[in-house]
Amino acid sequence: MSKCYKNFPRRLVAALLVMGVTISIAQAGDRAEKFSGENRGKPVQPAQINAKFQQECSTCHIAYSPGLLPATSWRKVMSGLDKHFGSDASLTDQENKEITTFLVNNASNRWSASTAPLRITETAWFKHKHDSHEIPQAIWKNPKVKSPANCAACHQQADRGDFSERNIKIPK
Amino acid sequence: MFREFNVTLVLALVAVAGLISGPAFAQTPEEALASIQSDAAKATSGFKGFSAARGESFFKTRHGNEWSCASCHTENPATPGKHAKTGKVIQPFAPSANAERFTDPGKVAKWFKRNCNDVLDRVCTPQEKGDVLTYLLTVKK
Repeated sequence: MSKCYKNFPRRLVAALLVMGVTISIAQAGDRAEKFSGENRGKPVQPAQINAKFQQECSTCHIAYSPGLLPATSWRKVMSGLDKHFGSDASLTDQENKEITTFLVNNASNRWSASTAPLRITETAWFKHKHDSHEIPQAIWKNPKVKSPANCAACHQQADRGDFSERNIKIPK
Repeated sequence: MFREFNVTLVLALVAVAGLISGPAFAQTPEEALASIQSDAAKATSGFKGFSAARGESFFKTRHGNEWSCASCHTENPATPGKHAKTGKVIQPFAPSANAERFTDPGKVAKWFKRNCNDVLDRVCTPQEKGDVLTYLLTVKK
């Protein structure tokens, strides 16, 4: 018993050291693997925006910034345009090639996971930034919002790829 | 000499007027219709022309899928529509309300392919396209 007490301070220090080391390893891991590797790149639209991309991808919805998804996702999206989330959005081969190149060249540069979701709303970074603490369910149900794909309902500069906090206005 | 100058001046004025009168369209909606009509005459044996009434009914009816043409372009194609899924505004479909409609052959082909696939799961026949365009041309602003 007394032996145990004598060792207690040393054991406490050791235990704290181990905890500390474990926590910092976890944090370092977090930093490297933010959102489990499903992290978006710079959302702002590239300065040299492709005119075909701008024109074709903003007909039915906003032209989502290429940085929001990894290159593999964009390749998948662009190879299935004849069935694009329930609609035929097919392009000519030449248009498709030009837009795919632009998307791939400007895709997320912070994505390290092997995943390649088709929907921006399925990415870990999106889910984290729009979790139920941030965005209560009622907001998604507002008819002015309609769908989580409707970025511009709240992000007023979404078409320019500006998702900064100061440009958020949640509709009443 | 004076006469020559006059001709040049007139030509220049015509050119300037052409430039400021707005974007030059590749075709008029009537030319688009004529081109569909020549396709229809080739594709349909006993082709009897287009019908606005048939076009209107085709436009407003669903064809086995969730959407009709009117789901996005509305029951009154002279007014702006709204994408049934994304809610994005669609400019009026009737040429009387939107001078750009049916003036770019590439766009006409692209959108007939896409939208017929969404509404009917197939391409539209020249007869169907011609009926719809004939109907749209009767819609007044």
